[in-house]
Amino acid sequence: MENGLIVTKIKDGTVIDHIPAGRALAVLKILGIKGNEGNRVALVMNVDSHRIGKKDIVKIEERVINNVESELITLIAPNATINIIRNYEVAEKRKLRIPDIVVGILKCQNPLCITNNDPEGISKFSSVSKVPIVLKCDYCDTELTEDDVLRQILS
Amino acid sequence: MEDVISAYDFSRDQYLEIFSLADEILKGRKIKMKEKIIAEAFFEPSTRTALSFSAAAQRLGMNVIGFSSQEGTSVVKGENLADTIRMMENYSDCIVIRHKFDGAAKFAAEVSSKPVINAGDGKHEHPTQTLVDLYTIFKTFNTIDGLNFGLIGDLRYARTVNSLLRGLTRFKPKSVYLISPPPLKARKEILRELNYEYVELNSPYDVLHDLDVVYVTRIQKERFPDEVEYEKVKESYTIDEKIVNSMRKGSIILHPLPRVNEIDRKIDVSPHAKYFYQASLAVPIRQALFVKILGE
Ligand SMILES: Nc1ncnc2c1ncn2[C@@H]1O[C@H](COP(=O)(O)OP(=O)(O)O)[C@@H](O)[C@H]1O
Ligand SMILES: [Mg+2]
Ligand SMILES: [Zn+2]
Repeated sequence: MENGLIVTKIKDGTVIDHIPAGRALAVLKILGIKGNEGNRVALVMNVDSHRIGKKDIVKIEERVINNVESELITLIAPNATINIIRNYEVAEKRKLRIPDIVVGILKCQNPLCITNNDPEGISKFSSVSKVPIVLKCDYCDTELTEDDVLRQILS
Repeated sequence: MEDVISAYDFSRDQYLEIFSLADEILKGRKIKMKEKIIAEAFFEPSTRTALSFSAAAQRLGMNVIGFSSQEGTSVVKGENLADTIRMMENYSDCIVIRHKFDGAAKFAAEVSSKPVINAGDGKHEHPTQTLVDLYTIFKTFNTIDGLNFGLIGDLRYARTVNSLLRGLTRFKPKSVYLISPPPLKARKEILRELNYEYVELNSPYDVLHDLDVVYVTRIQKERFPDEVEYEKVKESYTIDEKIVNSMRKGSIILHPLPRVNEIDRKIDVSPHAKYFYQASLAVPIRQALFVKILGE
């Protein structure tokens, strides 16, 4: 098997594969994993990948990924695959796709945007480009790049 | 037609219909909409736009309620925009909003079930100014297609520029020259979507003789890190006799007003100067817009 399963197999859980090298920690951040949750978590960083050069892999035992989380993951890891592991085997593979609209998760970078200035304001972005990712605020037209998204997730 | 938030909210046909209705109004057609109430929510001060909306409403026999600055309203007590809009939609048939925040008009339109007209949201858009601008051009040349446009000055923070660039996508301009100092170039988010040719320039001199429409916006001192920088660029974007002398015959100068000193007052008497004529069309075009939105 590819990369020879550098870390021990997990019985049930999720493997997020094909994360661009260096972004595994950002994926953990999206998932809210700090390390004190008790699940076993394995990070594989900077391994060779045929598809994307160098990649990271995140493996988490006993954890499912919800829709908001997978949306956020696509924004920083557009080629990621989510593998659902049951009884040591890959039971299901989900290929992620970048959503057309992203509501409420990210913040508009324009401090004068209404979404940052009204208690009822909710951010809403439409993707105007998928490679590279560019999101545009539906209210003020300010763009978010992949770097901006990464920075927001990591901050 | 429902809300008017962006210059994109009009199709080409809708622009042309509004122009021809404004023509009829100018020729003396009387339209009365007595039962209707317009609410003006001007959270940011305005002279021209607020007055022209009020005058347009009153010419149609409508009543106008609202405020022209936040002072004295519950907004200063901390009421949020959504709640103010909910109140105003109960009292009126249509809300005209000006607000300092980008996207405020779209937000208001989502809250309100009554139509919302954007009279300027921050540095974002001002679509009814575009109606005035395009109508002036249409009346002068009898077309908008095939003309050469030069937009001069602050193209980055001027909401009238964003709306005009978007409005022009409904027509077929020959070329659009975007003339500004580098820090005030038009926003790439806006440029990316345009369906016509544009060229970005630092100085107007190379293209002046080609332009049919010279659209001037003010360069604000606050946009520059220091006064020296500002003084340096100010000169080259001031419309003076030197510039006007190189303009082609029949070409026009427009300005959304108010102007400060970006157009030399000597130019006011030039046949190219159409900005006061442009301002005079603000009321009939807004009358036509109200009729389109609210029905006769
Ligand atoms: N039981 C398991 N425990 C931990 N990781 C696993 C397990 N099974 C598969 N993986 C990992 O999940 C990813 C997807 O597995 P697989 O479908 O076999 O490979 P590929 O997607 O490369 O064809 C690989 O990175 C693999 O190492
Ligand atoms: Mg693989
Ligand atoms: Zn925004």
